[in-house]
Amino acid sequence: MRVLHHFHGGIHPPSHKTQSTLLGIAPAPLPSRLIVPFHQHAGEAAKPVVQVGEKVLKGQLIGLPDGFISSAVHAPTSGTITDIGMHPVAHPSGLPNLCATLVPDGRERWEQHDAEDYRTQSAGELQQQLRMKGIVGLGGAAFPSDIKLRIGRHKVDTLILNAAECEPYITCDDMLMRERASEIAKGAEMLRYMVDAREVLIGIEDNKPEAIAAMQQAVRENGMSFEVVAIPTIYPGGGAKQLIYTLTGLEVPSGTLPPDIGVQCFNVATTYSVYRALAHAEPLLSRIVTVTGNVRQARNYEALIGTPIDELIALSAPLPDSSGYIMGGPMMGLPLTEVRVPVVKATNCVIVASEKLFPAPPPVMPCIRCTRCVEVCPVELQPQDLYWFARSREFGKAQTYSLFDCIECGACSYVCPSHIPLVQYFRFAKSEIHAREKEKQAADKARERHEFHMYRIEREKREKAEKLAAKERAAQAAKSGKAEPQAKPEHVSSDIETRREHILEIAQSHVEHTKE
Amino acid sequence: MGAFFSPFINKPVNVARIMLKVLLALVPGIALYVWYFGPAILFSITLASITALITEALMLKLRDRPVTPFLRDNSALLTAWLLALSIPPLAPWWLAVVGTVFAIAIAKHLYGGLGNNLFNPAMVGYAVLIISFPVQMTHWIAPQGLGQSELGFLDQLEYIFWGALPQDMTLDAITMATPLDTLKTHLHLDQTVSQILDMPIYGRLAGHGSEFVSLGFLLGGLYLLATRIISWHIPAAYLGTLFITSGIFHLADPTHYVTPMFHWFSGAAMLGAFFILTDPVSSPTTNTGRLIYASGAGLITYLIRAFGGFPDGVAFATLLMNICAPLIVLYTQPKVFGKKDRVKKDKAS
Repeated sequence: MRVLHHFHGGIHPPSHKTQSTLLGIAPAPLPSRLIVPFHQHAGEAAKPVVQVGEKVLKGQLIGLPDGFISSAVHAPTSGTITDIGMHPVAHPSGLPNLCATLVPDGRERWEQHDAEDYRTQSAGELQQQLRMKGIVGLGGAAFPSDIKLRIGRHKVDTLILNAAECEPYITCDDMLMRERASEIAKGAEMLRYMVDAREVLIGIEDNKPEAIAAMQQAVRENGMSFEVVAIPTIYPGGGAKQLIYTLTGLEVPSGTLPPDIGVQCFNVATTYSVYRALAHAEPLLSRIVTVTGNVRQARNYEALIGTPIDELIALSAPLPDSSGYIMGGPMMGLPLTEVRVPVVKATNCVIVASEKLFPAPPPVMPCIRCTRCVEVCPVELQPQDLYWFARSREFGKAQTYSLFDCIECGACSYVCPSHIPLVQYFRFAKSEIHAREKEKQAADKARERHEFHMYRIEREKREKAEKLAAKERAAQAAKSGKAEPQAKPEHVSSDIETRREHILEIAQSHVEHTKE
Repeated sequence: MGAFFSPFINKPVNVARIMLKVLLALVPGIALYVWYFGPAILFSITLASITALITEALMLKLRDRPVTPFLRDNSALLTAWLLALSIPPLAPWWLAVVGTVFAIAIAKHLYGGLGNNLFNPAMVGYAVLIISFPVQMTHWIAPQGLGQSELGFLDQLEYIFWGALPQDMTLDAITMATPLDTLKTHLHLDQTVSQILDMPIYGRLAGHGSEFVSLGFLLGGLYLLATRIISWHIPAAYLGTLFITSGIFHLADPTHYVTPMFHWFSGAAMLGAFFILTDPVSSPTTNTGRLIYASGAGLITYLIRAFGGFPDGVAFATLLMNICAPLIVLYTQPKVFGKKDRVKKDKAS
């Protein structure tokens, strides 16, 4: 038996998972149209490579990765591109994003795709394939998987499959493991091959016995030596750094990534899509989405990327007293102000909300420093202090109190007896700090430019005067018949030096200021 | 849907319920108080509670804050109860009123109201009273069966409001100094501890009657620990320090220094350990900080009791450590996940 480690804090919110696991995964029918955003992943948006009016095949590349951290986007089915333009998407900013609208022809005609045996290819070649197949993390962050596999000089000893699925309501990974365990296991072997890991651990919270059994069977049947580990059900046990600690006792140092300590972590659904991409050369065209909450029939659907949320939730028949929608789980999800937004690669769950399921929080009271938030924080922060700093806009102090180590899991807000939206304050402080840094950089640049501009004007003036003086002297000398020495050029260059130092000093003093 | 941002769910807890549990935890101690000293304490608690609620409402109005949610949070009631338990039940009625008004209006609201007070409001109220009205603050009721004569409840009320005693009764006949006070006075008269403790006002561990009231507060404190309203750090460090320091002196010179158990079950030690020092607003937020804070309070309590000018030291110990709390917090920041020493070691190896 593996010795499990307990990370600090954590909470036990009601799980609400049973209702969506009563039925198997159902394929969602072809929607009337698909809205495929070009920016579904962390990093740079993909560059559109199709035209309006163009007929595309299922799996055809429509967005080319653009930049180091980027991923490809494909046509989820065959049909016609009717529009490429800004469309509302689910994003905290609420801003629309560039999307291709695809009207399906209903024939599901595939583009030619053949897979080669992955063992005959190098890790680099396989990473490139994953990038071109649009494989990104399906756990929520949508980070391009090929980047996570580029471990450089690091040696990854332990590969971890994240199947904790700790957020309430969400069951898409659970159902995927129950039904497609063998594919996941094969995908894990592919990932293990690429990073050359010594061991593979599959961490599943112990509230999913069926999934644990299915994975154990799949690992056994495929003759793999992977270890399926049942971990305690505690939120946020599925946070990457928390899961790594639970399974290995290793703490990922602040500001570094898991490969720094020889570990890499992939979500199970991502692993499944890695398998589809490498074994069948299929791009990421669909994913499992849990539709649950205030609906007649909660269920998991295999939905095409780009499926409008309203068409998807209609399959589960929302009840009449529904009052809103959450994309993701109730702890970290995003409220949807608009249901015409599409399913994207990061959409693991859509919760139909009602006043009964998610009542308005009671009025906010002052913080009484009871430190219940400290007790549950998995990062061992002092949320009550961070709250104070964020509120009083003391962002420097917030940073020294490790604001940026906050994983925004929401455990602090959940337990706060004063119902203070703590995480919201931390998000605000983080975005304020980012905005200020950007502003400061721009201001520094402008100031440097201005300083140099002023300096140049002065220099030109002086040079002119010197030239004039030299000329006069030369004229006088010519008159008197004596030669005067020319103005020394060193003088000018030394002046440039002092100026440069001065500018540097100013810049430095600002840098020190931000550090405070 | 209620909230506009995650998390969309909340644990069903609130400030009012936490405060209510603390009030409930005081009930066993209060019940034993009534048993041994008569119902006068219930009257001072009621008087302080009403004063606290009125003062709170007025201050909220003055500060232009919503009145109802704050009146319902039970925090003013808690201050009132703690203050009422700290002053003599037979003290004139205005003593409780003045103390409570000062605690709520000045120590709480002038500092910014709930959650912002640097000092424990009840203890500020107590300190003001003991310094301004030292005589009235010594009118402790003698435990039942020990006074030369006893007052019924109505007689007690009459005395509290009009200072009128039934005929042929004197104030000295119904009140007496507290066990800690008596100890101090008689030690000054060069009596030994064993001589003093033979006096009828002392029971098995400490003062007759009051030792059981302390036991009641200990029970309530254990309930707070069990329900995780408070953590063990403050009571353990406070009672531990008080025990060790008084133990050292007692072992060195048992004729002049009483046992640690006497200190535990005398005065406001138990009330302080579980109900006063644990006030989250005015105590440190880090666990290490809590240990330092409560140890300091334990030490100061002992020093005041053994060598100071006041019979008990819980209030001043609390206030003095309240001053230190922000500094203690600053220097006891725990390392966050990912920045611990073990991380550095892992990296180096």
